[in-house]
Amino acid sequence: MAKDVIIVDNLTKIFDKNLVAVDHISFTVKEGEVFGLLGPNGAGKTTTINMLVTVLKPTEGRASILGYDIVKQASIVRRLIGVVPQDYTADEDLTGYENIILCGDLYGIPREVSKKTALELLEFLGLMKFKDKKVETYSGGMRRRLELACGLVNKPKVLFLDEPTLGLDVQTRAAIWEYIKRLREEYNMTILMTTHYMEEADNLCDRIAIIDHGKIVVMGSPEELKNSIGSDVVEVEIKEKDDILDMIQKIEYVKDVKKVGESSYLIRLENGERTAPEIIEFIRDSGLHVVKLSLRKPSLDEVFLTYTGRAIRDIEESRESLMTRRILLRRARG
Amino acid sequence: MKIESYSQPVFKSILQGLFALMNRELKKWIKEPIILLMAVLQPIMWMVLFGKSMNIGAIFSANTFKNINLPDLKIPGELVNPPIDGLITIPGSILSENIENLLSIIGGQALENVFGISDYFSYLAVGMISMITIFTSTFSGMSIVWDRRLGFLYKVLSTPVPRPAILFSKVLNAAIRSIFQSTIVFGLAILLGVRFSPSFSLINLLGIYLAIFLFSIGLSSLFVALALRSTRHETQIAVVNLTTMPLMFTSNAFFPTSLMPDWLQTIAKINPVSYMTDALRQLTIYSMDVPILLLDFTYLALFATSLSVLGMTLAWRFLVR
Ligand SMILES: Nc1ncnc2c1ncn2[C@@H]1O[C@H](COP(=O)(O)OP(=O)(O)OP(=O)(O)O)[C@@H](O)[C@H]1O
Ligand SMILES: [Mg+2]
Repeated sequence: MAKDVIIVDNLTKIFDKNLVAVDHISFTVKEGEVFGLLGPNGAGKTTTINMLVTVLKPTEGRASILGYDIVKQASIVRRLIGVVPQDYTADEDLTGYENIILCGDLYGIPREVSKKTALELLEFLGLMKFKDKKVETYSGGMRRRLELACGLVNKPKVLFLDEPTLGLDVQTRAAIWEYIKRLREEYNMTILMTTHYMEEADNLCDRIAIIDHGKIVVMGSPEELKNSIGSDVVEVEIKEKDDILDMIQKIEYVKDVKKVGESSYLIRLENGERTAPEIIEFIRDSGLHVVKLSLRKPSLDEVFLTYTGRAIRDIEESRESLMTRRILLRRARG
Repeated sequence: MKIESYSQPVFKSILQGLFALMNRELKKWIKEPIILLMAVLQPIMWMVLFGKSMNIGAIFSANTFKNINLPDLKIPGELVNPPIDGLITIPGSILSENIENLLSIIGGQALENVFGISDYFSYLAVGMISMITIFTSTFSGMSIVWDRRLGFLYKVLSTPVPRPAILFSKVLNAAIRSIFQSTIVFGLAILLGVRFSPSFSLINLLGIYLAIFLFSIGLSSLFVALALRSTRHETQIAVVNLTTMPLMFTSNAFFPTSLMPDWLQTIAKINPVSYMTDALRQLTIYSMDVPILLLDFTYLALFATSLSVLGMTLAWRFLVR
């Protein structure tokens, strides 16, 4: 049994006396697990991470990382964790390499160690070619990878990733997923990440908590979550023109059937992989013939919609514009 | 308690973080000579334009009394010692000549009584070292606001660097910059003809730097502490603009406090700028008065310690929301 690395107990943050950003959330993350916080804008994901990485003080509740309290033993916690924040934090006037060394110094890592680690990380993240270029010349994807490098310089046991792929193109995103997977596999790192890409959560996370208005709405593995809203979708087409609607409806694990074509049916049922073959057999037993069958799993998009009442796509739209605004703001400043 | 740590003691790690933060800003500063130039420009302009034009000493010099035609002076004989009969007549030309010399001696002495030195340019030039130190120290709060805005502060806060070290790196940075910029101002003052007292020697330079260092540590601790929670650099600029002028003019940087009304003198007596400036003058243009110099340094040391302790306490307490 893997031990609990992150324990969060009724953690709460109230800004300015009345804005409840995080509202009594509790969860645990086990060693080597990738845990995802999923939620719309302003749900409280970043605030939760900021409390766990000891940059914000909780208003109420407690949390511990590797057994150390995030408030009382904050300096020990800081030593053990790595943080990759939502916004870029690198110093634009320094080179990528200098930034990593600076981070190393902040962790008090002896230079001979941090120099070696920096080169390893630059290699690992494919930044070697740009190591002596100033960060102001970096693209968004390169900056993200540099942030990742800075978060890894102290070889943390627990890594916090706040929207690690925000605003990146598909290839870069895929590359970052690859790094995250390797971190878990090669170093057994425990990772807590936030994301608003459903695909990302589905792909990377062992467990997900959907968070909305500062509260955890539902928590579980992607599979569990998808199953919890019920039903995979099986589409069958039969050779004959007989109406089998009522017949299928009677099968116990079928939730709902719709006739969608002359002899096509859309069946919503639980545990599709197991139950779809039974449907085929059932139809065959009735002397009919299945000519076509497809099984669709529900996506996390549907899970999200069900639990928050909002489609993630609307959010994604505003998210990208937020990102553009942030970049514009940065440019305007200098 | 088992912590994965590298094979070096904790205080060494802390110093490493402190110096990394300090060097980061020093490096940037050195790469931008324009910023340095802009900073020293104002005190230099004061020194050259004001210091050279407000030549107070010249008012009392012999030239001021040229071409004043005095009438012949007639003195009744019984008033002089020993008394004689009749009137004594002193020609106006002889009178003028004597008064010229007399007044210029009186003037010079009066200046010395008020300013402690008969040359206002030298007096002001040393005051301008205080000015550049004030500017540099008060602006140190800006950099923490920028760090916050650019996200860099977030990163630092998530690392084990102690919060007080974050403040102290900026304070040290301000002190080093003050010393460097003061050297430029001082060098220029020498070129423009500061008259050193005979007691000046190169060893005094150490004392000068110590005074600048102590004052800068104290003042920049205060200003970084004020900026700990600030997110707007506009506010910082306003605060700096509002405070530098009064700090300068309620001290002896431009004029001696003895000429001020009582209430202003009281303020000047607690204003640390007065103590730094006096220490600097004692070490350069005055004939050094050791007990007074010791008092100056004691005050500056107290100022530096109390405010940096206050600043670091506030950083520890308030850098986390
Ligand atoms: N420093 C702050 N002061 C006041 N309110 C804050 C502060 N930081 C966050 N909030 C508020 O707390 C709420 C949660 O914000 P948070 O950044 O945690 O959301 P998020 O889930 O990370 O959103 P996003 O997906 O946009 O990053 C928001 O309503 C936000 O306005
Ligand atoms: Mg966020």
